[in-house]
Amino acid sequence: MSIDMAQFHQVFFEESFEGLAVMETGLLNLNMGDVDSEEINTIFRAAHSIKGGSGTFGFNSVADFTHVMETLLDEMRDGRRQVTQVVVDILLGSVDCLTEMLTAIQNKSEVDEESVKEHQKSLEDELNGTTPSEEIKVESNNDSSSQDDDINEVTVAQGWKISFCPHENLLQTGNDPVRMFKELEELGELEVFVDLHGSPSLSELNPENCYLSWTLILKGEINLNDINDIFDWVEDDCDLSIQALVHENLEELSLDDPLEIKAEIAPPANKKNADVVKTPPNANKATATKETKKSTASSSIRVDTGKIDTLINMVGELVITQSMLSLVGEHFSIDNLDQLKTGLIQLERHTRELQESVMNIRMMPISFVFSRFPRLAHDLSSKLDKKIDLILIGEHTEVDKTVVELISDPLVHLVRNSLDHGIEMPADRIAAGKPETGTVTLEAYHRGGNIVIEVKDDGKGLNKNTLREKAIEKGLIEESTILTDKQTYELIFMAGFSTAAEVTDVSGRGVGMDVVRRNIQSLGGTIEITSALGVGSTMAIHLPLTLAILDGQSIAVGDSTFIVPLGSIIESVKVTEDMVNRVAGKGETFRLRDEYLPIVRMNEIFHVESAKYVNLMDGLLVVVEGQGVRCGLFVDDLLGQQQVVIKSLEANYRRVEGVSSATILGDGSVALILDIPGLVRLSNQ
Amino acid sequence: MEQESPIDTEEENLENSIQFLSFTLGSEEYGVAILSVQEIRSWEPVSKIPNVPSYEKGVVNLRGAIVPIIDLRERFNLEHSKYTNLTVVVVLQAELRGKNRTMGVVVDSVSDVMHVDKNNIQSAPDFGTKVSTDFINGLASVNDRMVMLLDVSKLLELEGLNDTDSNDESND
Repeated sequence: MSIDMAQFHQVFFEESFEGLAVMETGLLNLNMGDVDSEEINTIFRAAHSIKGGSGTFGFNSVADFTHVMETLLDEMRDGRRQVTQVVVDILLGSVDCLTEMLTAIQNKSEVDEESVKEHQKSLEDELNGTTPSEEIKVESNNDSSSQDDDINEVTVAQGWKISFCPHENLLQTGNDPVRMFKELEELGELEVFVDLHGSPSLSELNPENCYLSWTLILKGEINLNDINDIFDWVEDDCDLSIQALVHENLEELSLDDPLEIKAEIAPPANKKNADVVKTPPNANKATATKETKKSTASSSIRVDTGKIDTLINMVGELVITQSMLSLVGEHFSIDNLDQLKTGLIQLERHTRELQESVMNIRMMPISFVFSRFPRLAHDLSSKLDKKIDLILIGEHTEVDKTVVELISDPLVHLVRNSLDHGIEMPADRIAAGKPETGTVTLEAYHRGGNIVIEVKDDGKGLNKNTLREKAIEKGLIEESTILTDKQTYELIFMAGFSTAAEVTDVSGRGVGMDVVRRNIQSLGGTIEITSALGVGSTMAIHLPLTLAILDGQSIAVGDSTFIVPLGSIIESVKVTEDMVNRVAGKGETFRLRDEYLPIVRMNEIFHVESAKYVNLMDGLLVVVEGQGVRCGLFVDDLLGQQQVVIKSLEANYRRVEGVSSATILGDGSVALILDIPGLVRLSNQ
Repeated sequence: MEQESPIDTEEENLENSIQFLSFTLGSEEYGVAILSVQEIRSWEPVSKIPNVPSYEKGVVNLRGAIVPIIDLRERFNLEHSKYTNLTVVVVLQAELRGKNRTMGVVVDSVSDVMHVDKNNIQSAPDFGTKVSTDFINGLASVNDRMVMLLDVSKLLELEGLNDTDSNDESND
């Protein structure tokens, strides 16, 4: 009859991390002085769910810890405690601590006991500082799964009187009172008195409802925790009160009329019910659609049911179309040709829609990433003594799940940089005639087939001369190197480059920006910097909307077909003799509107012997751009545009220079998708 | 070299024997463990991969997966032969560092499934020739013919297939 609890662990962790995110957001939204009680309620509910869950799954350290938090929150909720910045900061710290504990448990690694104790102590200190300890005792006593130190004195008693009034739906949740009583019996001598008052007449009785309530007298030296463990599963579905029995009235009680006992203890039970707001984990609206954005990519995904419904509808339509087509096929004559064509068109449309909605399932709002930044800004601004407003725009922009997972670390880096290096100290800002409070804007939006994420600050901007001097000093460039503005800004992406005068623990170690760029590139994206000295800087990240499908242009070189990502094509031109020049007798360039672009001959760098054309004038030049480098690809012909499904070449094979991945064409053959920056590198060798 | 006939070995020590799929390259006979064989296909045109050794013929679409095709004759520095309708591709798979890899190898023809007694497998001698013995797990005699048993995971590994995450290529 034992259930493998481990299968629910993942769900518990997901829900807990969601709850923590809710708590964090809630805490950050709390306004000192004018407190929204609903906000505290939300935080409280999240904490309570985590406590309940962790208790159930036997993560007692988490349950204990959360319990202390909950007590503090409860006092805030009841208005018994002022909401101050100190309390909020302690709670925020505890949220972090809880996150660490849960992560440690999830990864089955060691929990940092020291830090847990420290946080728990600061919580308890805060609690004991202003609250009479009596009150805490009442709190803890009321709470069924509590294991707080304060109530140690009442956890073992001579016996217990348990009043157990299940809600009507107890049986529907799969709980069986009889089994629980059997378990209780194992703890000690048990007497059970049943109260039949609630039961309706036979005609009204619903056999699936529980109308009974019980009073249980359990004798023996029993730990309260053991009793709580048994009721752990049902505490949401019943009114429960557990009272310690004093030795002398043990006998007397058991002889009493059970109904009277019931009446006697009913009031406290009801009070308790009113006191504790229970939330079933799933009913919490705020957490329902959230998913944690952990750096460890979780393999499960939560999908809006609406999206699933659309998908099911579409599959239905597809089935209808399919049956219509097979009907046409069964008795096919040339007269039915129109019908067949209509069917095929429908099929095509449905397939495309189906494809889009399947892709849509992988899309999640960027707010999963953005939501962590208010906290970051809050913490950093107090650490750095700066005044900073963080503005989030376009949080609902949807991006691929993989992007969400992989973009968050680079973004944290960029935002930290803006806060630390970009925004000046308040005094400097006033001196520069700017508002004292600096603004950092995080914005996400769609443009073309890309999603653009911008980190913008109104800080001091990048100083080109400093960048240049620094790069020369670090030996990253030669003194004589001439750089455009854009290239100068690009310097900050080089490994070992840091402009901060002193290294802070926030940033300035010179690792990071190169990693940021590499991460973004691995997602198929680019990052660009624009900056004006004294006005501010903007980092714009361009990412492909989805990583699974690509708009491509097929090109032919001899008998091979390659796909060029449509986004990287600027135009295609047919060159004339006078446009082509040779540099140093080797490299070929051509002039395109006053710009000289290198020519990359596809047939040469890919050694395609069957190429139709060798003369540049015969074939076509496809002007492409990748990572700021433009060049002309010399190809035989353009074949057509199509959406291609990206298939990994590395799954069974390996990386190939100049090729990013592969795809399967309509005829079943494999075509390689070109990696433009890689091609340029290849042709430079 | 061996007294007992392979048939006897097979019947007496079934639990001690391993099944191999044997195929030929020219006059030589090779074997791969049958459990690493996914399927046998006929040769079909591949999409060439630029700038790779000539024995890496290209990639094909195997039910949606991109699978490389390697010419074993060229890989073992044997004489190249023309591909015909009878040329066979043996699709092999092996687990390499936790990942399942699939690869097709072009061979002249597939001959047989044979049982080889574990005790009858000799370690490969050092030929001192240009034939790389790295891939060869051992030698076995079946019906008085010598069969070279190939180590599939080494075959896959030595193709430089392991450099997806890092740049440190283990070039063979």
